Amino acid sequence: MKDDLLLRWILRSYTALVFLFVFAPIVASLVFSFNSDRFPTIPLGSFTTGWYVKAFSNPEVWDAALRSLVVSSVTAILSTAIGFSAAYTDYRYNFTGKTAFVVLALLPPTIPLIIFALAMLGWLSMFNASGMTVSIIIAHTVLCAPFAMAVIRLRLNQMDPNLEPAAWNLGASEWVTMKSVVIPFTLPSIIASLCLTAAVSFDEFAVAWFVSGLNKTIPVVILEILTGNIDPQVNAIGTAVFLVSITLVVIAQMLVMGRAKKPETT
Amino acid sequence: MTSREATKSDHYAIAWRLPLIVWQGLFFVGPLLFMVAMSFFLVKNYRMEAASQFTNWSRLLSKDFFWDAYFFTLFLAILATIITSVVAFPASYFLAFKASDGARRWAIFFLIIPFFTSYLVRIFAWQVILAQQGVINAGLSFLGLGPWQMLNTQFGTIVGYLVLCLPLAVILQTFSLASIDKRLVEAAHNLGCGRLRTVFTVVVPLAKTGLVVAAVFCFILCFGDFVSPYYLGGSKPPTLSILIIDTSKSGQQWPRAAVVAITMIVTLLAVALAAIGFAYKKRST
Repeated sequence: MKDDLLLRWILRSYTALVFLFVFAPIVASLVFSFNSDRFPTIPLGSFTTGWYVKAFSNPEVWDAALRSLVVSSVTAILSTAIGFSAAYTDYRYNFTGKTAFVVLALLPPTIPLIIFALAMLGWLSMFNASGMTVSIIIAHTVLCAPFAMAVIRLRLNQMDPNLEPAAWNLGASEWVTMKSVVIPFTLPSIIASLCLTAAVSFDEFAVAWFVSGLNKTIPVVILEILTGNIDPQVNAIGTAVFLVSITLVVIAQMLVMGRAKKPETT
Repeated sequence: MTSREATKSDHYAIAWRLPLIVWQGLFFVGPLLFMVAMSFFLVKNYRMEAASQFTNWSRLLSKDFFWDAYFFTLFLAILATIITSVVAFPASYFLAFKASDGARRWAIFFLIIPFFTSYLVRIFAWQVILAQQGVINAGLSFLGLGPWQMLNTQFGTIVGYLVLCLPLAVILQTFSLASIDKRLVEAAHNLGCGRLRTVFTVVVPLAKTGLVVAAVFCFILCFGDFVSPYYLGGSKPPTLSILIIDTSKSGQQWPRAAVVAITMIVTLLAVALAAIGFAYKKRST
């Protein structure tokens, strides 16, 4: 038994170390963003908000932030709509080529971003459609739709398959049933999907870098600052970016977990 | 029942099927097929012209720097996959077998967060931490060691790959370990099988599929990533993804970049299929 306790203690410490490694960069960004040193080290320099002032007095950063906001909002809506329709199709229908349909729906995240970025750049340039804010939205929607589908499909799993037929038997058309039964039932997952896809789009840099031209988003601005020297401004911008995406992902997860627990209690 | 309803109103069924097919057809399948075609195009006076020439292929595949980059990328990705899987395993084992259900749920909750938060900024933070005058070297000098050169080395690249893959690897491994029938593990113990031996002869084989899937995801992510080898590894020598950026961004040589991209996709497909074949293979004993 003593042996068991020791093992458990070792494994627990090890797991804590893994979490430390995973969260170290997030904490480090936060700490360094308020630290006066250009090259932060131990012991830390003095407290300053200078990097925030510097970053946020840069009109380029504001311009990019606004664009990121627009891109991620529109991407979230488009990819959630597409993801919902795909999830609903997968939930309700069997048809020839369904496997191909599902593969098409889930494949994009397995293609390395840099390859998709190149393909997208070539394809959009052929239609003179690269280098615009819309180009980023189009590409991000492709990347985000699978996440939307997965989240909504999980929720549909919990829907009683007799619910829709019941509504039809009571005289509701399929469209009415969709509006007053299916959508209300899946609403938590729809909101979760909006948050999650917005977070993915908000942080995506490779594809945005290739297709955006001069219309940079926040991650592209960060990428370009990084290519220069170590610049602590990135910590300030990065901390703000972390705050946005962590908030979105936490909301999404609470919505998903909140409903995952329900079937156990009822 | 539902199939009868489906035939009743085809418009409805088609309306839900179309968005994905149209969008992913136009903006996912389209671009990838176009990239294959693009690899046969020619660049004249910095402008791409449609053609069906094997020039890009033959020129690139006969270059040593391409194959150097290819095997270096493959080597790094395989190394990172092994290291990530091994580093993740004890933590996954703890979460799956030793932690309470609530603790496990929270652990997964927290591991999902970094997966969706800016990888770029996290790598920048590591760039600062690993720097010559960074936090780690400061700590080492306190112990009278170092400074060690960690930035712009393969070690740096591997750290970056761990940043990229570790959360996902722990999540996937935990799920596959947690789904093992615990009675089999107890049976092994009761039959006198030692703890470590149980892990390797009972737990790992039972969770093989999930462990391999986790490894495949690591491989895909590392093989295609350009941020870690560039910003932490110093791009010496360049990986395939950096080659794509160099040829397409600065050289305007999109067709040649397409050749690199296609060889990468073919490699990924081969590795993924082989691994999945291995994962689902029935054990011979």
